[in-house]
Amino acid sequence: MQDGYTTPDGRQIGPVLLDLKNITLRFGGVEAIKNISFDIREGEIRAIIGPNGAGKSSMLNVISGFYVPQEGEIWFKGHRRGPMKPYEVARLGLARTFQNIALFDGMSVLDNIMTGRMNMMKASLFSQALWWGKAEREETANREQVEKIIDFLEIQNIRKTPVGRLPYGLKKRVELARALAAEPRILLLDEPMAGMNVEEKEDMCRFILDVNDEFGTTIALIEHDMGVVMDLSDRVVVMDYGRKIGDGTPDEVRNNPEVISAYLGVAHE
Amino acid sequence: MQNPQAAEAGLQSIPALLARNADRFGNMPAYREKEFGIWQSWTWFDAARQIRDLALGFLVLGLRPGDHIAIIGRNRPAHYWSMVAAQMCGAVPVPLYQDAVADEMAYVLENCGARFVVCGDQEQVDKVLEVGERAPGVEHIIYTDKRGMRKYDHTRMNALAHVQAEGRAAEPRLGAELDALTAGLGYDDTCVMLYTSGTTGKPKGVVLSNRNIIETARNTAGFDKLQQREEVLAYLPMAWVGDFIFSVGQAYWAGFTVNCPEGAQTMMTDLREIGPTYFFAPPRVFEGQLTNVMIRMEDAGAIKRWLFRHYMDLARRIGPQILEGKPVGLLNRMRYAVGDLLIYGPLKNTLGYSRIRVGYTAGEAIGPEIFDFYRSLGINLKQLYGQTEASVFITQQPDGQVRSDTVGVPSPGVEVRIAENGEVFYRSPGTFVEYFRNPDSTASTKDAQGWVATGDAGFFEEATGHLRIIDRAKDVGKMADGRMFAPKYVENKLKFYPNILEAVVFGAGRDFCTAFINIDLTAVGNWAERNNIAYASYQELAGHPQVYETIREHVEAVNESVAADPMLSGCQISRFLVLHKELDPDDGEMTRTRKVRRNIIAEKYADLIAALYDGRDSVSTRTEVTYEDGRKGEIRATLRLEDARVIPTQAMHRVAAE
Repeated sequence: MQDGYTTPDGRQIGPVLLDLKNITLRFGGVEAIKNISFDIREGEIRAIIGPNGAGKSSMLNVISGFYVPQEGEIWFKGHRRGPMKPYEVARLGLARTFQNIALFDGMSVLDNIMTGRMNMMKASLFSQALWWGKAEREETANREQVEKIIDFLEIQNIRKTPVGRLPYGLKKRVELARALAAEPRILLLDEPMAGMNVEEKEDMCRFILDVNDEFGTTIALIEHDMGVVMDLSDRVVVMDYGRKIGDGTPDEVRNNPEVISAYLGVAHE
Repeated sequence: MQNPQAAEAGLQSIPALLARNADRFGNMPAYREKEFGIWQSWTWFDAARQIRDLALGFLVLGLRPGDHIAIIGRNRPAHYWSMVAAQMCGAVPVPLYQDAVADEMAYVLENCGARFVVCGDQEQVDKVLEVGERAPGVEHIIYTDKRGMRKYDHTRMNALAHVQAEGRAAEPRLGAELDALTAGLGYDDTCVMLYTSGTTGKPKGVVLSNRNIIETARNTAGFDKLQQREEVLAYLPMAWVGDFIFSVGQAYWAGFTVNCPEGAQTMMTDLREIGPTYFFAPPRVFEGQLTNVMIRMEDAGAIKRWLFRHYMDLARRIGPQILEGKPVGLLNRMRYAVGDLLIYGPLKNTLGYSRIRVGYTAGEAIGPEIFDFYRSLGINLKQLYGQTEASVFITQQPDGQVRSDTVGVPSPGVEVRIAENGEVFYRSPGTFVEYFRNPDSTASTKDAQGWVATGDAGFFEEATGHLRIIDRAKDVGKMADGRMFAPKYVENKLKFYPNILEAVVFGAGRDFCTAFINIDLTAVGNWAERNNIAYASYQELAGHPQVYETIREHVEAVNESVAADPMLSGCQISRFLVLHKELDPDDGEMTRTRKVRRNIIAEKYADLIAALYDGRDSVSTRTEVTYEDGRKGEIRATLRLEDARVIPTQAMHRVAAE
């Protein structure tokens, strides 16, 4: 597994992209994450699952740089990452979506997705205000990229619709679009299917697989829906009370007795 | 190409028309498609280039003259190009419905023996692969949209853009061969093959020749004076004959622009952006748009609502006359102009109909209110009557002679005759060559003189010479006294009322006609809510005295309009009842496409029909129903039977006197 592996469906997974070593995160006296290590490889779909309060979202926030762990090391592309501001993490090539949708309700879908390109716009505030010279060229180039994403996610028909008027499932898709607009190396998805109906879930699954396939984006996702996780992911980390209790392919995890008792057995069967 | 006459004479195929257009209208737009939020366009010159590359690419892949090539996808320039490119190679394009499931596709692919299949996207490719061995002839798949296709086995698969690139590279090698193939296309060679949807039995491949398509396109383009500058929106299924005539036949004949929407869901936005000058839509599109307008007006402020009502009343009075160029007083004209500024113009703009010169609807009956609404706004909406086997056009309405209850006069070059039993027959240059590999069906549809039976019953109005379609020929019967009985004619009139969802009229072999009515729960429920009428179930609402009262008014209004028609005045409804349940495909009372199954209903509700004819006031009945999960249940009801006023007519007197 040193330099990657091949998935059952024939995709080639590359070397380790993000390596988390002995991470511990405390809020005062509460240990949200207890000495967890795992890695995410180039091109894979990696899921983090666990019951409510297991520390999944905290883990995602550690990866995205929003929380700084008290102990442990984060290695990205072979370099150790020090404490960083979220925007610095974004520049490194991480983008995320949120469990509770965080879009600008009054703005159109198009404008919302354009905000995902902010990091790529270098023109001065003055030039942007006048929409002249560099700002105009930049916006045109970025708009082209955004239109490709709109086409990819099949949301052409709501391009000009204010986000506030959209149903929940579509908002989730717009959020994914905005994250994709940043052209991330790693895409972090916090419960992308929460609150969706079966059809919306199927659509979202297809988009996640397509993103991974077409753009080669590495994906880390947190998800409650076990069916979704098992179908989508290449490897799964299972957390419970801040500890890692399992790590491996969906089949390995499914047959892990500790996982069954902690999560599957109790909560679902 | 010096002598225009000679040039016209050489135009005996779609590729020949393409060459003429590239020559004559080289810099004019031929195709537009909205992609990545922008309208991309191709001039006739560009299109000719693209199509030639694709045709050469097909030759590189081994396409042979006489092959069939299936095209499955939404309306995109590349798919239209595929059809013309196939023709250039002497092959026959066969567009298929993109929503067909793999099983239906298997039959058609096997039947036409397609060696090449052009697929719009991964979804269609998957279906063709699923068909697999059931269509052993398929050798190559060519796809337009590359998304998701990377991992597929490409030994027998190519992206359309790559086929074009290879074709371009092969120009020196195969160019002359292609030119020879294209030059060899004759007027009676097959232009396209279209499968009829096949409500009964398997779909049949309708073979249409270059003569069929080009003669029809020329005649009808002349009829409506279609120009090179027309704009059409290509959004109806490519497998439907209408799309082939409008977006290929007439477009290539007149040289106008075909605009392809970004996707099915953006069609309304794209319609507004393009503002077509020549437009076709089935009645349900117009109905849907009108409903949207009305709902939005309900939510508007009081002043806007008043303005809308006031000016729409005015438009209804004088709009159609102004459209038809009839004399209208100066004051009214000025008031209409103000209305145009305030209401009609903005409304047409919102709907995307600002620039329509010629609009058509067909396929089923359109409600007169809906029809008049659009015409009163100054939109030249007309009706036509046609079918695949006729290359669409049998009859159509000339400008200035438009009514909602006729389908117009025979299209140029079309002969129409009415058989003894009322069935409509036609013969025209557009009449299809044959059903593919089905001589029996061909022989039973088209006789030796070329007359084709439409299966519809109709008659010509003596005063105007317009054809009126009454019903499917097999449903038309006679009443006990010999008067004509055409149930669908009356049912359609009833169904135009929003409160009536379905109606079934009985009367064949009887003394008078009766009807079952299904209320529309949305419309009637809405009305009940506004009027504080409480109801616990569909059955209770359907039996409510005030509902009966409203329905009776509708029935009597229909009787009045039926009575105005001397031939059909016998079909007035004397008694009716409102059914206690909705007619449902699950119970076998309707087809899946929601067409009433008369015989099954007559059998199942024989007790109700008997009661309608024996003069009782009410009847108790039990009806078996099937729930969505397949379980059976039973509902019991006591239904009221109600009399409706019938207008005595001359025909009745005459019959009585005989």
